[in-house]
Amino acid sequence: MKFKSILVAAAALFAVASTTPSQAKEWKEVTITLEGAYAPWNMTNPDGSLGGFEPELAEYLCNHMKVKCNLVASDWDSMITSLNAGKFDVVMDALSITPERQKVIAFSIPYANTHAAFAAPTESDYAQAPGTGEVVKMAPDYSGGKDQIDALRKTFDGATIGIQAATVYAKFIYDNFKDIATIREYKTGAERDLDLQTGRIDVGFDDTTNLLASFKTSDEAMAITGPEIAGTVFGIGEGLGLRKEDTELKAMFDDAIKAALADGTIKKLSMKWFGTDVTPE
Amino acid sequence: MDFAFLFSTMKDLLAATPTTIGLFSLSVFFGGLLALLIVTMRVSNNIIARNFAKGYIFVFRGSPLLIQMFLVFYGLGQFGVIRHSFVWPALREPFICAVLSLALCTAGYSAEIFRSGLRAVPPGEVEAARAAGMSGFLLLRRIIAPIALRHALPAYSTEIVLMVKSTALASLVTVWEITGVAQRLISQTYRTMEVFLCAAALYLLLNFIILQGLSLLENRLNRHHRRPTGRKPSVMNALFGARP
Repeated sequence: MKFKSILVAAAALFAVASTTPSQAKEWKEVTITLEGAYAPWNMTNPDGSLGGFEPELAEYLCNHMKVKCNLVASDWDSMITSLNAGKFDVVMDALSITPERQKVIAFSIPYANTHAAFAAPTESDYAQAPGTGEVVKMAPDYSGGKDQIDALRKTFDGATIGIQAATVYAKFIYDNFKDIATIREYKTGAERDLDLQTGRIDVGFDDTTNLLASFKTSDEAMAITGPEIAGTVFGIGEGLGLRKEDTELKAMFDDAIKAALADGTIKKLSMKWFGTDVTPE
Repeated sequence: MDFAFLFSTMKDLLAATPTTIGLFSLSVFFGGLLALLIVTMRVSNNIIARNFAKGYIFVFRGSPLLIQMFLVFYGLGQFGVIRHSFVWPALREPFICAVLSLALCTAGYSAEIFRSGLRAVPPGEVEAARAAGMSGFLLLRRIIAPIALRHALPAYSTEIVLMVKSTALASLVTVWEITGVAQRLISQTYRTMEVFLCAAALYLLLNFIILQGLSLLENRLNRHHRRPTGRKPSVMNALFGARP
């Protein structure tokens, strides 16, 4: 009997705790998570602090909203689950806005829109694949790029392709190259790039800005191969991930991103970190 | 409860189970062989061999398995010497790297477990065997090894179960075993609870089977210690009926 009353009490407590109206929340402090291992979007400096495009943009956004922001590093593959579990309030990690993700979280308006591409060691048979230097615009059903994909399928037949697990880029590779290549999934892009250099894998596929950063650190031992892939195939761009119920916070961030787009902050930071303008269209 | 989802998750995880079993059985097998070699060196009279074994055990017991795995997988690949040598085709494969590091690590622990078994062999029994004219390999095979194994088995069972769970680390070097596939499913479906519950259930099942096998072995080795009455019925007997 006693046990039962404890259960009832616990259930009552839980009910009270979970029905606190979220509208009453005054956002004074926001916790933002990123990977700290996805240069130049975000990286961990030698002294342990976080640097890169996103931490600097976050600083601007938080100043604009007049809230205090804490940046914490966490693992990419559990970010969305942890966000919904309440471990932090915002995901800011080059998160592409996709319909699948929109089912479980809300997104701010996009603050960047980047291309993706393949990378290979400059000395390898897979360097200079057909279409190198071009930009192809593809729709989510890959229309607009079918010919380029077919040409790449011929080139990468029998190759080992490395991708970061649970990304939009992983889906692209599985959809188009699963039957002709071996696919290896990595926890982080940095680990994949290590293996690309040692020759454990033949080609990598990722966001162009991220690849260019890793080429720099490897003294240009690797380069883009094949066309850069743009368009809506990977979603409408990268946005902040938020919990669906935090509508107010989304409005605040949308507003701040609009300001950053309008006054050229995003373009300025983009040129500084990416060397190219990733402002969404 | 979404049973359709649980069912499809279980199907995906079961597809990865052979990888986990492969990692586990190969690393326990090779790790066990290596442990026999290390323990032989550890109890030998040769000071160099003894100290080498001591050092080996210290290094592999004293550092995290994850770091050992990263050193084998990412570390070795950074040396051009290794990349251009005959071992590279093997070391290029993530599965082989994972087995190698798991085996190296368990060998350190197992060697110590075997040594504790050896130390439990009563000197009287060895003397008696010598008096009966046994020596060398015969003495080892008939007297020392069975007694040592009997004493080492409970601790060794624990090490084997730990190895089943250690295979989960292999997903960090791109080997997609049960845990890695579970994490991938979560990042696609965002349903942590169901997927990890399925994975945990699979590991429990694997360990249950392995532990049953080990306890059967332990029972066989200790037949002479058993009291003739009050035999505890084993799970196997309950399931399949006692043998006549």
